[in-house]
Amino acid sequence: MSLLSLQRRMARAVMTPLTPSEHMRRVASNGRPMRAVAAQFIKPNDRLTSFERLEIYNKQYWFRVLSNLMEDFPGLRAVLGDRRFEVMAKAYLTDCPSQSFSQRDLGSRLEAWLRRHPSWGGSRQALAVDMARLEWADIEAFDGKAEPSLLPEDIPQTPGRDLRLRLQPYVQLLDLRYPVDDLLLEVKDDGDSDFASNAFNERHKRKRVLAVARLKPSPVFLAVHRVDYSVYFRRLDREAFGMLRAIQQGKSLSQAIESGFRRSAMPPAERPSSVEQWFRIFTTLGWFCRPETDSPKS
Amino acid sequence: MPANRFNGFTEYGVGIGLRAPHYDHILSRKPVVDWFEIISENFMIGGGRPLHILDQILEQYKVVQHGVSMYFGSAERLNREHLRRLKELVKRTKTPWLTDHLCWGSVDGRYTHDLLPMPYTFEAAKVTSQKIREVRDFLEVPVVVENVSSYAEFHVSEMTEWEFLNEVVERADCGILLDVNNIYVSSRNHNFDPFTYVNSVPAERVAQIHIAGHSKYQKYILDTHDHPVIDPVWRLYARAIERVGHTATLLEWDDSIPSFKEVHNEALKANRFLASASLAAAV
Repeated sequence: MSLLSLQRRMARAVMTPLTPSEHMRRVASNGRPMRAVAAQFIKPNDRLTSFERLEIYNKQYWFRVLSNLMEDFPGLRAVLGDRRFEVMAKAYLTDCPSQSFSQRDLGSRLEAWLRRHPSWGGSRQALAVDMARLEWADIEAFDGKAEPSLLPEDIPQTPGRDLRLRLQPYVQLLDLRYPVDDLLLEVKDDGDSDFASNAFNERHKRKRVLAVARLKPSPVFLAVHRVDYSVYFRRLDREAFGMLRAIQQGKSLSQAIESGFRRSAMPPAERPSSVEQWFRIFTTLGWFCRPETDSPKS
Repeated sequence: MPANRFNGFTEYGVGIGLRAPHYDHILSRKPVVDWFEIISENFMIGGGRPLHILDQILEQYKVVQHGVSMYFGSAERLNREHLRRLKELVKRTKTPWLTDHLCWGSVDGRYTHDLLPMPYTFEAAKVTSQKIREVRDFLEVPVVVENVSSYAEFHVSEMTEWEFLNEVVERADCGILLDVNNIYVSSRNHNFDPFTYVNSVPAERVAQIHIAGHSKYQKYILDTHDHPVIDPVWRLYARAIERVGHTATLLEWDDSIPSFKEVHNEALKANRFLASASLAAAV
């Protein structure tokens, strides 16, 4: 048996989902008894059969990837409930096994997968997708790249129409349908353990999820960013969000402003001062950096 | 060995793994620690707090990189993006040597995030040693491979684990990170004498040693890094030091992590063996 062939067989077995009682399945995905599959390439010893030795790796794989996903998506866990989340996570990881050397990226395809499999969210599908997006954005904002920020004095007082800025790579822009930012903060807050039991906290979180799920969907425009190495959620006006998204897409400043105010109900007279205020805030937060295409002047 | 080409001719003492629960203690109290080992993958990111912490550690301490996902033994080709990001980190830390495991863990672009055991075949030794050379040439830093603990053996194996390790390091001309806890765990799981393993390793290639704790189950031992080092592992360590001399030693404690002081005190127990090695060398 070649190295590649052995590794394919073992990886297939190791990544096969466990039974509900967390044991290795008796039958492999190709219908063969797993005992026969294991015995084909793994030696037994005086204490363990080939099946039992392979099962150690099978269990370790699933315990590792599931605990990792549970840790990364506490909000989605709260939305779906622990049991449903676990079954969903197994289905997701079976469909989308890791393609990265880093376990950090395990949840990178969760949002897209949830959209393709709406049954997992059930009546809370939109809420579940919103939460998955926010939690992945949280991860990206936490350790995403930061370029040297543009300072207010770097931006001309009267910028030309073609001035292009760039949004910091770690800033994530999300248009959501539910206020999952508030919900996630509550889910992550364990309360004061001196005064509140775990059971009380869990009940409170379930109530909050139900309350948010009952809300009528309405747009929430959010920037997930970081200050002093901590991640924050900042709600934005629809116009500011549209402008930032256009900048993120590489549009010039004038195009971005135009894009932000498209179909805006804001009176034209108020717009210049709003833009000025947004730029002041975003520049102070260090959200802008020079475009990558900047080349030194000769 | 005390200082050799596989550990960048350094003379490091006893270190511990840099772990998040200890960040505040280390940065605020600045304890005296010979060196820290970092898990490379935790810092192969764009930015943010982890790199900020690392930069502060680098200002004050010696750091060596330890990887968990290069998978020298995987039959597939090396992941170029992984290498690129690893090289960025190597430039940042200036690690004098870089370690990863003699194992596999990915196939057809899918990652198990586990340290899966190698089949001890000549084909596997050839593939693995070639990849170690490629990594070393790309990173331009000595690459050192660690023996893993294992729970399975393969029918196709053509040699013992220590023969395979020797075959790989000779072909790759690389160093060894000798994990004496892993040797102990595997010896119990596969019924071999751990001292035979330690005695068979080419002493001149040992760049670093790992010690750790593990968990005993009814029919096997699991390498959990969540306990102090047990006496039989210390005895293996003593024998290893006797053979290879005063060597950079690191305690791994990755789960149920106690206070910094407790972890560091456990690691410092290695000094009594290192001291006698130094004395023997002087005599």
